[in-house]
Amino acid sequence: MAEEYAVKMVDITKTFGTVTANDRVCLELKKGEILSLLGENGSGKTTLMNMLSGIYFPDSGHIFVDGQEVTIASPHDAYTLGIGMVHQHFKLVDVLTAAENIELGLPGKLVVDRKAIARRIREICDRYGFVVEPEKKVYDMSVSEKQTLEIVKTLCRGANVLILDEPTAVLTPQETERLFAVMRNMKADGKSIIIITHKLHEVLEISDRVAVLRKGAYVGDMTTAGADTQTLSDMMVGRAVNLNIERAAPENPVRRLELRHLTVKDADGVLRLDDINLDVNGGEILGVAGISGCGQKELLEAIAGLQDTEEGSSVRYYPQSPEGPGEELIGQNPRTIADMGVRLAFVPENRLGMGLVGSMDLADNMMLKSYREGRGAFTDRKPPHRLAESVVEELEVVTPSISTPVRRLSGGNVQKVLVGREIAANPTVLLSAYAVRGLDINTSYTIYRLLNEQKKAGVAVLYVGEDLDVLLELCDKIAVLCGGRLSGILDARTATKEQVGFMMTNVAGAEREEDKA
Amino acid sequence: MKTSHEPLAHIAKRDGMAWWKGWLIRIAAALLALGVSALFIYSLTKMNPVKVYGAMWNGAFGTTKRTWVTLRDTMMLLCIGVGLAPAFKMRFWNIGAEGQVLVGGCATAAVMIYCPGLPTWVILLIGIVVSLIAGAVWGIIPAMFKARWNTNETLFTLMMNYIAIQLTCFLVAKWENPYGSNTVGIINQSTKAGWFPALFGQQYGWNIVLVLAVTVAMYLYLKYSKHGYEIAVVGQSENTARYAGISVKRVIVRTMALSGAVCGLAGFVAVAGASHTISTSTAGGRGFTAIIVAWMAKFNTFVMILIALLLVFLEKGATQIASQFNLNDYASNVVTGIILFFLLGSEFFINYTVHFRRREKEAKA
Amino acid sequence: MTSLISLLNNAVIFGTVILYGAIGEIITEKSGNLNLGVPGIMYLGGIAGLATAFYYEMLAANPIGVVSLLLSFVAAFLAAALGGLIYSFLTITLRANQNVTGLTLTIFGAGLANLYGGSLNKLAGGVGQISVSLTSRTYRAYFSGLANLGVPGKLLFSYGFMAYLAIVIALIASWVLNRTRVGLNLRAVGEDPATADAAGIHVTKYKYLATCLGAGISGLGGLYYCMDYIKGTWTTDSTIEALGWLAVALVIFATWKPARAIWSAYLFGVLYWAYNYISGLTRASIELFKMLPYVVTIVVLIVVSMRHSKESQPPESLGQSYFREER
Repeated sequence: MAEEYAVKMVDITKTFGTVTANDRVCLELKKGEILSLLGENGSGKTTLMNMLSGIYFPDSGHIFVDGQEVTIASPHDAYTLGIGMVHQHFKLVDVLTAAENIELGLPGKLVVDRKAIARRIREICDRYGFVVEPEKKVYDMSVSEKQTLEIVKTLCRGANVLILDEPTAVLTPQETERLFAVMRNMKADGKSIIIITHKLHEVLEISDRVAVLRKGAYVGDMTTAGADTQTLSDMMVGRAVNLNIERAAPENPVRRLELRHLTVKDADGVLRLDDINLDVNGGEILGVAGISGCGQKELLEAIAGLQDTEEGSSVRYYPQSPEGPGEELIGQNPRTIADMGVRLAFVPENRLGMGLVGSMDLADNMMLKSYREGRGAFTDRKPPHRLAESVVEELEVVTPSISTPVRRLSGGNVQKVLVGREIAANPTVLLSAYAVRGLDINTSYTIYRLLNEQKKAGVAVLYVGEDLDVLLELCDKIAVLCGGRLSGILDARTATKEQVGFMMTNVAGAEREEDKA
Repeated sequence: MKTSHEPLAHIAKRDGMAWWKGWLIRIAAALLALGVSALFIYSLTKMNPVKVYGAMWNGAFGTTKRTWVTLRDTMMLLCIGVGLAPAFKMRFWNIGAEGQVLVGGCATAAVMIYCPGLPTWVILLIGIVVSLIAGAVWGIIPAMFKARWNTNETLFTLMMNYIAIQLTCFLVAKWENPYGSNTVGIINQSTKAGWFPALFGQQYGWNIVLVLAVTVAMYLYLKYSKHGYEIAVVGQSENTARYAGISVKRVIVRTMALSGAVCGLAGFVAVAGASHTISTSTAGGRGFTAIIVAWMAKFNTFVMILIALLLVFLEKGATQIASQFNLNDYASNVVTGIILFFLLGSEFFINYTVHFRRREKEAKA
Repeated sequence: MTSLISLLNNAVIFGTVILYGAIGEIITEKSGNLNLGVPGIMYLGGIAGLATAFYYEMLAANPIGVVSLLLSFVAAFLAAALGGLIYSFLTITLRANQNVTGLTLTIFGAGLANLYGGSLNKLAGGVGQISVSLTSRTYRAYFSGLANLGVPGKLLFSYGFMAYLAIVIALIASWVLNRTRVGLNLRAVGEDPATADAAGIHVTKYKYLATCLGAGISGLGGLYYCMDYIKGTWTTDSTIEALGWLAVALVIFATWKPARAIWSAYLFGVLYWAYNYISGLTRASIELFKMLPYVVTIVVLIVVSMRHSKESQPPESLGQSYFREER
């Protein structure tokens, strides 16, 4: 009897320390189907797939491939079973060519036959519609080229089951279309595909069936033919979304930051931010929406003095009122900005890699920005000590003591420590990036409350978020970024989710420019 | 379908262990290493392993003079280790201590040779200053390239050692005394100009006072000063350092200047306070041994005292046994190597846990 | 002319010692292991080869040169590989710091070799030095017919077989690294072990094998030094250590390319011996001259980091231990 399922995962559990990433998850993948694995950030999608591809080993549970129970202890095992995964962070060796990357780890004759590989690559490219240059070095490739190479690599290894981890996050709309086209070709060829995503319209567009994870647990699955975005998002978030975040009317907002022609290019010369013009007012929360990697990080870091900008960019800070002279922040660094008397708080996306020092304890982390205070060569440890104690008490940080390294705290407590420190400096501008990512509901609400308190105190709050419901309920205005450009600013009280979603994928005026080209 | 077997052992990172457990593991490793060393010595000499340690103790602390030499050499090793501490805390692999010690020693010897007429305390003061400067320069050169172009500092500082060694050979040939001996001889042997004076009647009293003062100062600097805080942040994450407004480049250069300077000071102590001559054995590989001392002590300068003492004890003890049995001093290097291998290996059991899986037979059936 | 030939002859002999060390270290570093134990490993290879030849010559009734050569060759390789195994176990399995472990191996190897070397010298008759003249002669044997073919003969054919073997090993290493599947996988392990792991390459196995094989080859440098360079004797000093560090320098100078290491090694030899052939140097300035190989290495290191050329960089993961479940 022909086996209907390509892969079955039964009661898979995986824990990391005290965190349960997957709790008795079951998942089935039929042959020749495209399955979307849907879930919010931190719902355990990638962990589950990593166990299928041999990166992690499950604590308990069973995996069946083609009806046979198997043990996948290493990536090698996965690929002998015909399972290939394209990770979000590409697993390619920079200094090797495309062909060499494909040949990596494969059995075969001692001498590498470059021509034979090139032939095989061409064969697969022709079959599914890829474009790969075999002799191109990976370090010369664009993101999209690297992704294509990754997919071709897994196919060359004879993968029948393909796992794609958020493949569209780094692609332009055109590139996404091309990817979907080859995915359909592969499906027609009998391959089974799992695509991890949290974009609902993509789920509906590309997949046959969708399985939903929530907080490490399996919620259910349905065929996409019978699904719409509403039911999917309900499954994903668990209940009808009504967040009930309190929102006060802004009291006499004054312009605090004025961004003009803000343009940023990365090390490769790619535009990350393209001529951004934006005002941030004290007493308001300005939300920033956009698909991840659309310039949010560069926007915040440019304001904070951590990002080189192009000629002509300007970020002016108005200490009192917009009528005053204002001070230019471009060309400064965090230290000189602080020396200018600008009280700028910044809660970065990477909490332990940027906002805090993981191996230092709470008290030492409290003085990260203020350690220079006081005369003499030595630091004054009493104020940070007191601050740590008060943050622990007021924000209910769960920690053995204030001399525990922050690395050992859970994600929510780490964020409380970081936000607590930033707010304690009485900022006039508060920048935050994905402030509630990976946090539980209670901690998220604590963060919302803190941001609202800051707003009432007259602070200009810039909130970069990914959950549109939160953005719509928490913020006063929403600036929408798309591919490094500002596609518009909406009033959060009247805007709809659809409006924001549309602007995230379409830049106003983009069509006109394309016409000109 | 053919599948590979389940991994037999599973290794996981341990998230912090009670400090006393960690030390228990280290002490166990050290004892094990002493046992292996005893076996090694037994295989060479057929000496009763228990007596081996008696003889070693005798070699290190058997007489007052031996005790003082042991202490003097401990201080030398400690001083270099202390110099390396800030660099290592910054995660900057300063393998160049050997060279930094030598240039410091050369600078000191130069002062002693060219200004023999000055009062000793003036020579010593100038010696301190020039040895600090010489060591600092030796540290700053690789640091500047690291800061500007991210040039690999491990390899750069390693090469700087041999430049310093050749420089020392050059100066030895230039200053040789008597002519043709290819050594500098004891500098100012008759006048003792620029020699450390005795303290409390002890020839090496000042060595101990000076090095212990540097040790305490470095401990305070790293733990409580603003610079020390910056070093810790840069060592953990350059990204965080930039976020905090710390100039990473400046901290790298400044810290390496300090690291090199203290190593240079060790050269000063070695020349003015111990050998009163200069040759490549002024450093004599201690620059490399000290790297291990600093690393094992996890940048804590007080722990370095213990480790330096342990290593010098082994060195002196093994040398003693070797001379009893007509072997050469290199026996001490072997014993040092054995104990360091064990201590390095023991860190694994502090940082990781190993779980052995039992195979689930019923699942296979 | 004769002095130029003798300079080049000396340069080749000197270069061969460090070429072995460097080729071994390149193979090791390609797997991502920075083994600073090269000097110690060369000591281990040297003393093991010498001691084996010594005992064979002493105990055998009618010692045969070729037998002694084979025995000492194998012993040197194995002893050095054993040093590599200690390093591998500590850094790969127990994930100890590579720099510190390597330096410890250097201390240990130098100690063990000089300790036994010293005892061997005493065994050989108290005052004198040991000398394995028969074995050494076999190592240094060359075809006098070829070597007598005038200048080219003297330049190209007047060395013992190990000088040629070094070139062969370097060329094979270059071919394996660049053309074969094993080399491709090894480079991937050193560049990005996580990716290599995901591609199904047994990272631990590759690291172990490359490090032990590399150590074995480095150890041959010590053997060549004892048998050829100092003609089958032992001196208890730190010369091999200096040569070992020069081998590490050579790896950088050759930008991790075995084929380039060949002529670079001879260039180092020329730089090292040049003082002999320049008139008017004092004994002091000779010492400054010996600095040259290290200075040019630093210059190469700096230029490579400034140009930021992707092709001449050290392996990306060099110096770091690999742990799959790091997160």
